[in-house]
Amino acid sequence: MSETTISPQLAKKFSRNLIERLIEFGLLCSAAFAVLITAAIVFVLVSEAIPFFQHVSLYDFFTDTVWTPNYSIKHYGILALVSGTLTTTFIALFVAIPLGTITAIYLSEFASHKVRETIKPILELLVGVPTVVFGYFALMMVTPLLQKIYPDLTTFNMLGPGIVMGIMIVPYIASVAEDSMRAVPMAMREGAYAMGATRFQTAVRVITPAAISGIVAAYILAISRAVGETMIVAIAAGQQPNFTFNPVESAATITSYIVSVALGDLEHGGIGYQSIFAAGLTLLLMTLSFNIVGHMARKKFAERY
Amino acid sequence: MVAKNKHNEIVKAESKDLNFFYADGTQALKNVSLPVYENKITALIGPSGCGKSTFLRCFNRMHDLYPGNRYDGEITLHPDNTNILDKKVDPIEVRMRISMVFQKPNPFPKSIYENVAYGLRVRGETNARVIDEKIEEALKGASLWEEVKDRLQDLAFNLSGGQQQRLCIARALATEPEIMLFDEPTSALDPIATVNIEELMSGLKDKLSILIVTHNMQQAARISDYTAYMYLGELVEHDKTDTIFTKPSKKETEDYITGKFG
Amino acid sequence: MTIKTSKKTAVDVNAIRRLIKKHKKNDLMFAALGMFVIASLTITLIILFLDLVLDGYPKFTLDFFTNFPSRRAARAGILSAWVGSSLVLLVTFFVAVPLGIAAGIYLEEYAKKNWISDIIEINVSNLAGVPSIIYGLLALGLFVYSFGLGQSILTAGLTLALLMLPIVIVSTREAIRAIPIHIREAAYAVGATKWQVVLHHVVQYSYGGILTGVIIGMARAIGETAPVITIGALTFIAFLPPSPVSIDPPFLNFAWLNAGFTVLPIQMFNWISRPQHAFHINAAATGAVIIILTAMMNGFAIKLRYNVRKKIKW
Repeated sequence: MSETTISPQLAKKFSRNLIERLIEFGLLCSAAFAVLITAAIVFVLVSEAIPFFQHVSLYDFFTDTVWTPNYSIKHYGILALVSGTLTTTFIALFVAIPLGTITAIYLSEFASHKVRETIKPILELLVGVPTVVFGYFALMMVTPLLQKIYPDLTTFNMLGPGIVMGIMIVPYIASVAEDSMRAVPMAMREGAYAMGATRFQTAVRVITPAAISGIVAAYILAISRAVGETMIVAIAAGQQPNFTFNPVESAATITSYIVSVALGDLEHGGIGYQSIFAAGLTLLLMTLSFNIVGHMARKKFAERY
Repeated sequence: MVAKNKHNEIVKAESKDLNFFYADGTQALKNVSLPVYENKITALIGPSGCGKSTFLRCFNRMHDLYPGNRYDGEITLHPDNTNILDKKVDPIEVRMRISMVFQKPNPFPKSIYENVAYGLRVRGETNARVIDEKIEEALKGASLWEEVKDRLQDLAFNLSGGQQQRLCIARALATEPEIMLFDEPTSALDPIATVNIEELMSGLKDKLSILIVTHNMQQAARISDYTAYMYLGELVEHDKTDTIFTKPSKKETEDYITGKFG
Repeated sequence: MTIKTSKKTAVDVNAIRRLIKKHKKNDLMFAALGMFVIASLTITLIILFLDLVLDGYPKFTLDFFTNFPSRRAARAGILSAWVGSSLVLLVTFFVAVPLGIAAGIYLEEYAKKNWISDIIEINVSNLAGVPSIIYGLLALGLFVYSFGLGQSILTAGLTLALLMLPIVIVSTREAIRAIPIHIREAAYAVGATKWQVVLHHVVQYSYGGILTGVIIGMARAIGETAPVITIGALTFIAFLPPSPVSIDPPFLNFAWLNAGFTVLPIQMFNWISRPQHAFHINAAATGAVIIILTAMMNGFAIKLRYNVRKKIKW
């Protein structure tokens, strides 16, 4: 009985294995596409930035503090853009890190199940709000409000968009940090409670240190988002490059510079066109280095706990 | 050639000097040689970690699913004398001839009907009448037909644990396998469901050969014709169930059976 | 016989009680702080959102949706923007979803633990962290100029597809990972091939989770502005691309892929940048449309995920 059932099976085996292999190869290609994208990003940025750096010395690029590639007197000091990026990022983190951390600790250790199940979807909804809308908030609502407190504030400034960016980032920090706190085993909490610790003591002395790698990851994610954020600053910080760390001044960030050039008539292959790729490369390296630092920090903390 | 033992029973399959290594290098089976007789129930007993489940899962090449696992030795399936561990033999072909029932009932989150039909579908069966007939036959064979015949389109998850396990047996039965493997099939079930499954297995042996891993010695004594005792990846003793439980030839077996150890 | 009770305690109970009271105060204070932070954050955002809706309220008319942008703020509408957004998303959907699901399946079900899969893994997680404007630069250099696709719907759709890809991959993987191994073993045990296991089981039991990721990704693509500006999308479009469907055979027409376009967030950005207040009203109305759209999609996705989690308990 068995022999009659095997032979057709054996005949099928070859074509079946071939199809299986082809499918696996197709799926592998889809997955490898991610590598292709990374390679393409690096290739495009570098290949467009090379002609730029043939024209501009790296020394000028990193030491000059004026950035005017599209003016008649040209300067290529990326610091004028980096300063804007760092200032807005710092303001955003100043707002987002405390608020995000408090929210995460509250949700993970204090809130009842019901409260958590209500707040988490709201946070997720906030993550989905498009940044162009946050830009509108910054320009039309937050800056006018700040002007009531500080009348000298100009329409375009870094403070308003920085604060809004911070508010935008809070849900990111809260959700990543909360996830890592929830992942701390219940046994650790029980250990602390059994010693007579209160919720607050458990949260601060036991849970936070145990979840530190996830919390650091959340902060790094926040920095990356703030550095790469474009629309809020493009709308509300002004688009004039300005080497300053003063939050009440207007300034351009790396990202808003790229937007302002893209909005104008850009001549393909001109120095203005190349300059946005040089700026983009700088931005990519900045986010990359933050990510690497974050990765190392996480590894270090992970070893300790 | 038909291999027979001294009781004139036909060997359906046999492992010869079977060694098995997991991907991390640990050797889980050491030179295990064991026959599985046609239309008999062979039970594998032994303390947990002794390799009985590992041994069972060699019979349908389940270990092939995880990279790095390595077989060494043979399992010969009669009457065609195929070494089912041979790399040239397609594991899918092996699984179509030897089916398996798992420790925890694991029906697919599909209808009762589709669960039983699945084995037929992967064999390319498209004739709805044939499928209907075979499903009825399989469900009757698993003594589940009377309970589910009016709700074949219900989700299998809505069945009780014992029913789910019988559904899994029906699923394995529908494709008319030559051997059925049971990996502690009642360990997740209540006593009444356990009795049902045990009766079912005793009835099934008229149609096929059964190899069962059980952690429960009474179960082995109740249902099996042959019992093999394994310890630390080695086969200690294999004989008629009556012999093993009444006068085992090895001291280790006796200690395990009498509860002095394990 | 009399029972003797202990006359002494090891520590001063009253001192402990005082200490606990002090500690409990910290608990209470932090709980209040946490609630205050969350409440003020939520309320701030609700106020901002309501303000946006109220600002844009005068524009919530049918005309707003059926008019082209115009130099006269009162007559300007978002017809070309929402048509553009829809067509761009169509391209994004058909590129990102199949690719993302296939990549997710590969990484979860097929990938062996070797350097190739390691590199792919690292890449996927890194791509999710690349700022969106970088994708815009990639598209500008590659799609617009190297491939010569121009500043078209196709270019924008592909760009947003790249952005959405990591989201689809990650959600596909999470959904697949939730399927217990014993379900796969059950399918293999009756003789299914790997692809049959994937197609008949893995994909079918994870599509709820995958769909969640797809919707969240699409919602993000709707609101994404910077990369679309970077590829040079026009900000003032007073025409519609050719229709994708026609009455005459072959019924489908792909000329729209090469058409110029604008999308909702760019239209909004354009109106914010005008000095006249009348245009700011248009911007607010457009913002409200975008927010309602994305909130509906995200809300649906969150609800869907909740239902999926509740429905299947393995």
